[in-house]
Amino acid sequence: MSANHLPELAQDIVKRARAAGASDAECTIAEGEEFAANVRMREVENLKEAGSRGAGLRIMMGRRTGASYTSDLSHEGIAHLVKSAIDLADITTEDPHAGLPDSDEFGTLEGDLGMYSADVAELDTAFKIGIAKRAEDAALTSDPRISNSEGASFDNYVGRHIFANSREFAGEYRTSYCSLSTSPVARDGASMERDYWYTMARGFSGLESPEHVGRTAAGRALRRLNAVKVATQRVPVVFEPRTARTLLDNIFEAVHGMSIYRQESFLAGKLGEKVASGEVTVIDDGTLPGLFGTSPFDDEGVASRRTVVIERGVLKSYLMNTYAARKLGMKTTGNASRGLTGNAGIGHGNFFLERGVQTPEQIIAGIPNGFYVTELMGFGVNVVTGDYSRGAAGLWIRDGELAFAVSEVTIAGNLNEMLRGIEAIGNDLEFRGSVAAPTIKIGEMTVGGK
Amino acid sequence: MQFSESIFAVRFGITRQDLEGYLGEALSQGGDYADLYFEYLATSNIGIDESMVKSAAQGVSMGVGVRVISGERTGYAYSDDLAPEKIRKAANVAAHIAGAPAKVEKFDLNEGGKHNLYPVLTAPTETAFSVRVDLVKRADRAARAYDPRIFQVQAVYADNLRQVLVATSEGRLSVDRQPLARLSVSVLARQNGGPPQRGHAGGGGRMELDYFLHEKTPEHFAREAAREAIAMLDAVEAPAGEMTVVLGPGWPGILLHEAVGHGLEADFNRKGVSAFSGRMGQKVASELCTVVDDGTIGSRRGSLNVDDEGQPTRRNVLIENGVLRGYLQDKLSSTLLGAAATGSGRRESYAHIPMPRMTNTFMMAGESDPAEIVRSVPKGLYCANFGGGQVDITSGNFVFSASESYLIEDGKLTRPVRNATLIGNGPEALKYVSMVGNDLRLDEGIGTCGKDGQSVPVGVGIPTIKIDKMTVGGTA
Repeated sequence: MSANHLPELAQDIVKRARAAGASDAECTIAEGEEFAANVRMREVENLKEAGSRGAGLRIMMGRRTGASYTSDLSHEGIAHLVKSAIDLADITTEDPHAGLPDSDEFGTLEGDLGMYSADVAELDTAFKIGIAKRAEDAALTSDPRISNSEGASFDNYVGRHIFANSREFAGEYRTSYCSLSTSPVARDGASMERDYWYTMARGFSGLESPEHVGRTAAGRALRRLNAVKVATQRVPVVFEPRTARTLLDNIFEAVHGMSIYRQESFLAGKLGEKVASGEVTVIDDGTLPGLFGTSPFDDEGVASRRTVVIERGVLKSYLMNTYAARKLGMKTTGNASRGLTGNAGIGHGNFFLERGVQTPEQIIAGIPNGFYVTELMGFGVNVVTGDYSRGAAGLWIRDGELAFAVSEVTIAGNLNEMLRGIEAIGNDLEFRGSVAAPTIKIGEMTVGGK
Repeated sequence: MQFSESIFAVRFGITRQDLEGYLGEALSQGGDYADLYFEYLATSNIGIDESMVKSAAQGVSMGVGVRVISGERTGYAYSDDLAPEKIRKAANVAAHIAGAPAKVEKFDLNEGGKHNLYPVLTAPTETAFSVRVDLVKRADRAARAYDPRIFQVQAVYADNLRQVLVATSEGRLSVDRQPLARLSVSVLARQNGGPPQRGHAGGGGRMELDYFLHEKTPEHFAREAAREAIAMLDAVEAPAGEMTVVLGPGWPGILLHEAVGHGLEADFNRKGVSAFSGRMGQKVASELCTVVDDGTIGSRRGSLNVDDEGQPTRRNVLIENGVLRGYLQDKLSSTLLGAAATGSGRRESYAHIPMPRMTNTFMMAGESDPAEIVRSVPKGLYCANFGGGQVDITSGNFVFSASESYLIEDGKLTRPVRNATLIGNGPEALKYVSMVGNDLRLDEGIGTCGKDGQSVPVGVGIPTIKIDKMTVGGTA
């Protein structure tokens, strides 16, 4: 089966599933080629290159469901794929809310969404290795205390996503990305610290320069050296964009439609209520050209869109696929997401906190004693209760300036209070992936240390 | 199982001559070593939510990864098509990393000895779905029956059967059939309109389905999840700051996985980027601590007959009476360091390059009575269960989050406390271990370890231990 025939194959799989007794079917085919080059201490360490493809099928037998996937696209492989999904409908339960979206919900965005850049597939291997070497070299030569490195890597991917269902929706899109990262190790006496920096874009021209990536990573590792553990105390906490982004991940989990109908979110049942400070506006937008959360349609064939999730502190919308929307008596927000198979889950488009007006420096300048968090560790966030407790490292703020490095501490609070306690939002919003936030200041949290 | 009986020989018609040919192709541009990793993976999973079986899926993925090592350089390519021309193409792509005359010219593949740690006749993946779906239904019923305050139950049963073949230019030929199954239950409880609390439990391993019918039943996991959620309903704010921490037996062994296990993986130490680099033979824990990584325990989730480079797994002592004794090696690191193999080379799938990884990591039992350990603490925190953990290899700082813990006041467990993260430093934390219980327990078989984007199943274990000083990240 040649690559050009994959859309026909997806429609053929849907037809075969219908012929085998399915009342509805949806098929996803993904195809991609990956490349990765790692260099370390100026030598090539790994080179990896390969392509792969696979098909996934989900069928309905009335209100029962079954799903399957395969990497074997041969005639026998496809026959097995169809039978596997059909067989499973025997063991699932009738679910009145299960099924494909309503016919008036299918749709796709028109026009170039900037998801694919042809230059990515054309980059020469030696050139890509050279880019990685330049990034690592920039880190290694930036300061004598950068004595070692975990290396640098250049990765790229080009892929194709195909979707068809038994309600005559068929669509496909191509994606590409490339990324460059490096992780230098800084050493000063007994203190050894590592940090990283990266850049990623849909096309090569969107990447930051290797020298910028290397120097930024080195600067980050250096400023962590000789960190101390501070005393346990309650202080203002500032999240730099890289850590602020993780708070958006927590908010996403809390507005996830599945968590809402199961009441396993501290934001369940709070639509229309004030859940955050008036500074906070959170948007999910799957339509922004060139960004990583953009797509013409979601994984159920519903057009991507812009959804205001929190507007000036008030919870306006959950993020839903068809199933969660039906459970909640609402409409899908076009956020269905899945891998090759299974029931659709919920994903986000470009999910971000709107920028504020202050520069990060202005935010820090207003704090006599506080903690600037540059790294978070662990999984200590409970979205059911909002309880928040994570390992942290960063810089201590004294008299409005970043004074010294801090590590081996925790920060703790409850997301309910943390969102209400957001006192300032920076103007430094920048997309480095599909979730983004500018600098955030929270009025008070518990720093756990000595 | 022998090569001739494997799915690769029987269904795909691959011969020893074919394998030798592919290895020759891989080393055609030079290089010190090459290997092939064939994988055929069948998976299935069934999920229940709101007492309805809402999801059921099964699938197959297969492929072959070809690796060529030349000095410190690795070339890797894979194909999800086992047709000879596709495998040869992958071998040629991997070969381009090397630029020196081949040092290996002849391959004489021989099947070496290996363990038989999971002598499973019928893998769970090969049984009728009608039997497997009952597991999630039973878990759902048992959790709801435990207490009327339980209002949400989700259970997922997942299994897979991985068939692998490893052939190396050193002449090693290994095949293995690796079954794996897991049942997990997650519940929410609520009382008097207060906030819900979550409880979670699960387990499994490399065993037949019978295990869930007669040993660890769905009811066992359901009741454990429900018990945890109910216990947490009365939780108070967790304390903040340094204090004495007692870890209960079993899954809290994740402390070892994060605090020392990752830091002792040879790749980080070869590169000098681990907090444990250059500390071999030094004291890194109290003399009460002996930490072992053992891939040879029968039926365990983290066990393997052979690792993903075809080496038999082993029992490796990492820390002996507080002294650092060994690293975990893969092929590349053991060659470059001149160290013996430890059977620790693992990969997520044929699409991934092997790395040194843990198997089942645990601390040997000590002599203290667990009840005596708790009685010895005037004020502290007792951690009965954990969520996940993470480590910064270079600084050695690690965290893990307590999902069920209690205050210790005057030697007694008093109130349950809300979720809190604990943080410590790898080479320092275990120096504060002052008591080790006689109650070593391995976890129930639910762990998955992530490293550099690759996930592999692992196990952990620990007896009750007392750590005199550790930072607890609460709010009170």
